[in-house]
Amino acid sequence: MAQSVLKVVDIKKSFAGVEALKGVSLEIAPGEIHCLAGENGCGKSTLIKIISGVYEPNSGQIEFNGKVHTKITPIEAIMNGIQVIYQDFSIFPNLSVMENLAFNSELANKHKLVNLKRMRKIAKEAIARINFEVDLDVKVGTLSVADKQLVAICRALMFGAKLIIMDEPTTALTRKEVSALFKIILDLKAQGIATLFVSHKLDEVFEISERFTIIRSGEKIITGNTSELDNKKFTFYMTGREFEDISFTPKISDEEPVLEAAKLGLTGYFEDISFSLHKGEILGLTGLLGSGRTELALALFGMRKADSGTIKINGKEVVLDSVRTAMENGIGYVPEDRLSEGLFLPRGIGDNVVISEIDSLANGIGILDRSRKSKEIARWVKKLSIATPNPDNACSTLSGGNQQRIVLAKWLSRDPNVLILNGPTMGVDIGSKHDIHMILEKLADEGMALIIISDDIPEIMSTCSKIMIMKEGRITATLNPKETDTKELSKYMM
Amino acid sequence: MKNNNKKGLSAFLTKDVYLSRLIGLMVIWMLFMALAKFESFYSVINFQTMASQFPEFGLMALGIMLCMITGGIDLSVVGVANMSSIMIGLTLNMLAAEDGSLPVYGIPLAILGGLLVGTVAGFLNGVLIAKVRIPPILVTLGSYQLFTGIAIIITKGKAISGFPPVYSATIAGKLFNVIPMQLVFFAAMALIIAFLLNRTTFGTKIYMLGTNMTAAQFSGLKTDLLLIKTYMLSAVCAALGGAVMLANYNSARADYGVVYTLQCVLIVVLGGVSPTGGKGRISGVVLSICVLQMLSSGLNRFPQVSSFYIPLIWGGVLILVMVLNHLTENKKIKTPKSPIKSLSGQKG
Amino acid sequence: MPQIVKKLTQKTETYIFIVILALSFLIELRSGQFFTSNNLVDLASAMIVPGLFAIGAFMVIVSGGIDVSFPALASLSIYATTSTLLNANYKGGIWLPIVMTLAIGALLGAFNGFIISVFNLPPFIVTLGTSSVFKGVMQGVLNSKQLATIPKGMSSFGTSALFVATNSKSGLTSRMPVAIIALIIVLILAYLILYKTMSGRGIFAIGGNETSAYRAGFNVKQIKFLLYVGVGVISSLAGLIRVCMMTQCHPTNMLGMEMMIIAGVVLGGTAITGGAGSLTGCMLGTALIVIVQNSLILLGIPTFWQDCFLGLLILIGTGVSASQVMRNSRMTKTIKIRRAA
Repeated sequence: MAQSVLKVVDIKKSFAGVEALKGVSLEIAPGEIHCLAGENGCGKSTLIKIISGVYEPNSGQIEFNGKVHTKITPIEAIMNGIQVIYQDFSIFPNLSVMENLAFNSELANKHKLVNLKRMRKIAKEAIARINFEVDLDVKVGTLSVADKQLVAICRALMFGAKLIIMDEPTTALTRKEVSALFKIILDLKAQGIATLFVSHKLDEVFEISERFTIIRSGEKIITGNTSELDNKKFTFYMTGREFEDISFTPKISDEEPVLEAAKLGLTGYFEDISFSLHKGEILGLTGLLGSGRTELALALFGMRKADSGTIKINGKEVVLDSVRTAMENGIGYVPEDRLSEGLFLPRGIGDNVVISEIDSLANGIGILDRSRKSKEIARWVKKLSIATPNPDNACSTLSGGNQQRIVLAKWLSRDPNVLILNGPTMGVDIGSKHDIHMILEKLADEGMALIIISDDIPEIMSTCSKIMIMKEGRITATLNPKETDTKELSKYMM
Repeated sequence: MKNNNKKGLSAFLTKDVYLSRLIGLMVIWMLFMALAKFESFYSVINFQTMASQFPEFGLMALGIMLCMITGGIDLSVVGVANMSSIMIGLTLNMLAAEDGSLPVYGIPLAILGGLLVGTVAGFLNGVLIAKVRIPPILVTLGSYQLFTGIAIIITKGKAISGFPPVYSATIAGKLFNVIPMQLVFFAAMALIIAFLLNRTTFGTKIYMLGTNMTAAQFSGLKTDLLLIKTYMLSAVCAALGGAVMLANYNSARADYGVVYTLQCVLIVVLGGVSPTGGKGRISGVVLSICVLQMLSSGLNRFPQVSSFYIPLIWGGVLILVMVLNHLTENKKIKTPKSPIKSLSGQKG
Repeated sequence: MPQIVKKLTQKTETYIFIVILALSFLIELRSGQFFTSNNLVDLASAMIVPGLFAIGAFMVIVSGGIDVSFPALASLSIYATTSTLLNANYKGGIWLPIVMTLAIGALLGAFNGFIISVFNLPPFIVTLGTSSVFKGVMQGVLNSKQLATIPKGMSSFGTSALFVATNSKSGLTSRMPVAIIALIIVLILAYLILYKTMSGRGIFAIGGNETSAYRAGFNVKQIKFLLYVGVGVISSLAGLIRVCMMTQCHPTNMLGMEMMIIAGVVLGGTAITGGAGSLTGCMLGTALIVIVQNSLILLGIPTFWQDCFLGLLILIGTGVSASQVMRNSRMTKTIKIRRAA
């Protein structure tokens, strides 16, 4: 049996008395494609940082190709063929592709002077390894996310890498780009290079990995062959709970639609969008990244004003030219990236919850009514079960699932007619994901109309009452989830 | 887990370590002065002098603080102050009668004129920052030149003086014969701003805006309007500073107070306001002004020590405080985010 | 459109260059005096000190920071040197003053660099503090006064000419100071360091993404430290040249220049946030400001209007590049809309 390229045995790590890893073991064979899965905060990032030498374990053993180490430095890890690609790709957006590729090796070889010829040669060799066609002289900042990732992968391959660790590599990629990435991972396998990638998306685990490891609360729950895994087992291992798969049946009222769009268009992004939305409906809007779905959502929220077509709210035509106008018409929007768009992380939880309705918690000239404010905050913390000992604590102290609840609370406190949610459970652990779905379905039952934008097909299928698919700026199909399946959806998306 | 159950002073001190450090510094210095130069430092005259000196730049510092809370900065405050004092001076001269006396409404009207100048200047800054999206440091750098330039053109580079003496007598005089009027102006402005920041939606909104501009827009805050209001308010503070300057110097020039710009930024940063935005309290800035003013005044009591040592000490204190902050920040061990078990079960 | 023209129109440097040309021609039209040999020499002479300061400021801004202490640093370095040499009754040439000034400048720069790199503090705030400290040392500890005479070695350096340009029509002559060689040398050195050494590329890398720079293997602390030492050396050199050319040492003369220098650097297309910009742009931006400061009078505009003009220049210049940035970011996000079936 071949020497495993990486073997860690019984790794323990604590930070200030809190045990992050309680004795985790992991083994990866040469060329193996292994998925590391777990909820946010389970310890997978810590494990990776130990493997790559950034952290030192408190106890346990690390073996590279059969040789045992008790502690390693980042350079040693690199020397042993371990390369990590972080979520931000560690690139220099202001510099050229060539420089991004060549810097690491120039520095490792202790070159002091810039030799453009040598650097170009290095860069060319690097991109040839995965047949990546790119102009070496463009600034990396102008590339698409997928291309930036490819630059990071090319760079990772330059040092005789034996194991590439990718941290949530598919977060910002379109379906096509994910397929391209997986093809590259298979190419790497053929070259004998193993891949360890961190993901919590079940369909990806199934699609690409051969073996998987699931970590929960610092402990390894299970390692196994992907062929022996299924949906239910995966969820159970990840959360320790079992969930039923219920699909959503809306109580749609026959009244006139809450929201009606007719031939809505925004030059350069989408056109000819028409649909209607009733109270109690959950409309799923899906499409590949770049299909115009986010821009449509922003236009419905007043962030980008549509330049053709009409929007009617409760039968009355409105022009949504600003966020305030949209809000005054009862529209709310839970953004895609809650960390940079939805939350004020260093600020208190309470401030985050009430900021959108803060004018109503003050008198006519803007003086805050503090007791009303605290009551309102307490009400929402309770209603959405936000787990915090103190609403003055900074938002950054919470987990992803709880942070998402805060963003929800912010909008629910305004009692909107229409709530648009862009990727409502992205980066949220499975337990919270389920809870958030329950919350959304309850809201629909109570009469709210929801639009969910997501590329998580299982999510769309189970929570929505109607699915609208966009491709390249137009609607290609409107389907009923009970009468369709994943295959048909993909057909209309691609 | 942080223990948030301490009450009163103890809670205040641990909650804002930074402020308590400043207070500590002030107490140490006050003790030192008590031991070394008790009579000359702890005299009514000395406190009156201190209280009349700092408001002119203290007001500018208040303005800069507001802008920094939004993540920006206002480097044009001195230019606005000079323009304002020139405006006030010219108005006074215009309203003055032959014998140098002023009508009752004279001083208030003149000051109003100065504040109006501030409003317009602040509006210009705000629009360029909010609508044209030029970084604040560059806008206010340019507008500083512009305002100073306008002031030079109006005054032809000379000082304007010869105002009705009643202006200086009033504004540089003492309320109830004890409290310097300059202090009254500063205190009034500081209280207004403290109220705005802590008790109104405007205050909450600009803290949020300074923390995360994108999230602020997504939350429906009218960020453009908020920024414009902030820079207008900053310029009004600076204009008031100009009114005080006019009274203190009894003349107006286009290039008074050139050193104040960076000095005020130093004061504000020392007071705990972060240049990246979203953080900072007026108590910190007021404390910072007091500490620095006491340091200067105290040093003046030692004739062997040249007053030129004062900027040395101010700069030294700033660096020392920054380094101390850094060292204690790193002592706090970073704990990983623990998965918080969600209280669940809202089954539909 | 040919590739090179397209590339040029996207660069701020091109526009600044065009503005400089336009302004020059306007002045020439009005006064017939711009493109005269003696005026050009005067302008070049006026560029030396701001140009040197600008190179230093440029490098710091590219690394993602802002340095506001360089005029104070320069003033302290040269004052200390000049007064020491005066007291020692120095009779020698220019080399000792150069060595002394640059040594002090390096030391002061190292002070900046140490605090910024070791404690990882924001350069703007640190240099705010050190600027105060340097001023305090100069005026307090050294008790600085105006020195009306300086050692002959220094003044003769400042007044010596590389060549003399004579305006045939007016008979006016202008000296091209020998010091211009210093500017040229520093410019060449800066170019070589920034574009031909890994450490120099590191400065750009740090300005682009400091964490990535660490991960790529750049010794970030060392690069930052040496950067500030270098800026200290360049700035003190500028201070030396200033004093020599003026043949007297006025300690507070240079204080307050920092903002205009930074404005010049930014006008030339250097992003205030770091990571982007060119030496060419930095020089062009500074040149534009120097031209405005010196030649406005030739347009018949009284010197009173100078500050106003400069302020408008900065506002318009930064406004234009800000709207360019906005337009570019919008453009990269549009989608190709599918044709209707």
